[in-house]
Amino acid sequence: MTDTATSGARATPARARSGRRSLGATAEAFLLALPMWVVFAAFFLLPLAVTVTVSFWEFTQYSIEPAFIFRNYTDLFDGCVEDLPYLCTTLKTYLSTLKFCAAVWLATLVLGFTIAYFLAFHVRTLPVQVTFFLICTIPFWTSIVIRMIAWIPLLGRNGLVNAALQGAGITETPLEWLLYSDFAVILALTHLYTLFMVVPIFNSMMRIDRALIEAAADAGASGWQTLTNVVIPLARPGILIGSIFVVTIVMGDFLTIGIMGGQQIASVGKTIQTQIQYLQFPLAAANAVLLLVAVMLAISALLRMVDIRREL
Amino acid sequence: MGDGRRPRSFYALSAVFALFVAFLWGPMVAIVALSFQGPEGGLVFPMRGLSLHWFEVLLSNRGSVDITGAFLRSFRLALVVMVLTVVISVMAGLAFRRVFPGSLALLYVAIASLIVPSIVVSLGIGLEFRLLDGAVKALGGEWAQGNFVTLLGTYTSGLGAHLTWTLPFGLLIMFAVFNRFDPAYEEAARDLGAGKWQTFRHVTLPIIAPFLIGVAVFGFTLSWDELARSSQVMGSQNTLPMQLAALTTTVTTPEIYALATLTTGASLCLVAVLLVVAWALRRRQGE
Repeated sequence: MTDTATSGARATPARARSGRRSLGATAEAFLLALPMWVVFAAFFLLPLAVTVTVSFWEFTQYSIEPAFIFRNYTDLFDGCVEDLPYLCTTLKTYLSTLKFCAAVWLATLVLGFTIAYFLAFHVRTLPVQVTFFLICTIPFWTSIVIRMIAWIPLLGRNGLVNAALQGAGITETPLEWLLYSDFAVILALTHLYTLFMVVPIFNSMMRIDRALIEAAADAGASGWQTLTNVVIPLARPGILIGSIFVVTIVMGDFLTIGIMGGQQIASVGKTIQTQIQYLQFPLAAANAVLLLVAVMLAISALLRMVDIRREL
Repeated sequence: MGDGRRPRSFYALSAVFALFVAFLWGPMVAIVALSFQGPEGGLVFPMRGLSLHWFEVLLSNRGSVDITGAFLRSFRLALVVMVLTVVISVMAGLAFRRVFPGSLALLYVAIASLIVPSIVVSLGIGLEFRLLDGAVKALGGEWAQGNFVTLLGTYTSGLGAHLTWTLPFGLLIMFAVFNRFDPAYEEAARDLGAGKWQTFRHVTLPIIAPFLIGVAVFGFTLSWDELARSSQVMGSQNTLPMQLAALTTTVTTPEIYALATLTTGASLCLVAVLLVVAWALRRRQGE
């Protein structure tokens, strides 16, 4: 009885002290995080709020005026419902963007998964893994623009690929669809972003307990069964992170589609860029809000898709 | 897998990996080779002689490209972004070692900043500064009417736009660093009577220093290469990637390849220097 009382009495000041210390530490942590908050508030959250606000404003040829109108949004969907089955510009643009998303996602996923699998399961030592990663990342230390124009000597009318095809007698005239085409856009985007798929998938694969794979083999699973029943489900978080990254980048892309498409292919990002050039800021803002919604839908679809696969 | 023999899939996957490396390197190798084109050479193979002609054209500024200004601007901006990214990320990384009010929200905001399309961020910052300009002109009276142009600029909106791109990466790296950090060293320092700052300066910082080089490399290269977020926020002065993007439509000589070779060489040198520093720091720690 007395014992409890004394220990209780002794504990109280200690707890109070630790409580005060943890309060001070919490305040300290808050202050340490403050600079990052300030940057994100000033250059990310506030700009997003401004964009949403301006999407309801009016504009003339020279200026933008505060208002609360929905015309920018109704303009976006002008004719989208009435003219069906003919597609309005906005729907066409989004369909084209979605097409690129799907193609690039598939290409980077298959390629990225294969490379990550090779690095995680077939390369046995850490130094070799690091070396292979360095080999893959060095081309990324140059400008994104340069990585795109680098395709010109290969894919152009008189480029190496056409020269080789003609030399081998496979084609008689140069292929025109190699450069400044859908194909070129998909190729360049795959080239730019496969590594963003490799890194997170590799990361999840390295966390897979190797004993599980041996157990699958011992239980009589074939290599393919081990892959689909053990490796892929356990690599899911990496696949998900890589997919979100690639899909959102392609959805908002305007540079690669612009340069590799010869400025001829429509995308949502390019539409926004064009509207900014014509100083139609409220229209561009409305488009940006729509793009944001589309990106969020895509992310939630990805999250759900992966969840459903686990349920099956 | 543990026994010495390689399964057949190993060879197939090795071939895929080799092709992937060729896919990554092929275009780069092609333009580096073509930048040494002879004076009569064009944008595609074959090589017509081997010369430094196009480098000379580029560096003497008598060609169509004036790149020195943009190069220096981008370099200075990338250095500032690098330093700020390291400092702000380390502070936030230290903060995230415990739960504080708004910690989860900050994490979500940082991840959102990675995911939101760059054109949206760029447009938003551009609009924000347009409105700020309007406010300054309205409130500044006569002086503003006469002298004020815009708040948009490399070190205001430009710097901010780059930080929204580099800081999330910096923060995620700091998470990885502090996940593996052993707090026993700090406790030992405190037990020996070190103050908070002394503990950080003499214990925590030396341990995490090699990883900070990684944050610095990310901060520098992400800023150096940034284009999408820069598009609406740099004001009247272009950065190097913006200049390059503009050149793709106007330059029709191998000069642009010479420029590509030079800028690539510059970034490779910088990364190499930083990696050597990181290696030296780790070695010193090992002793």
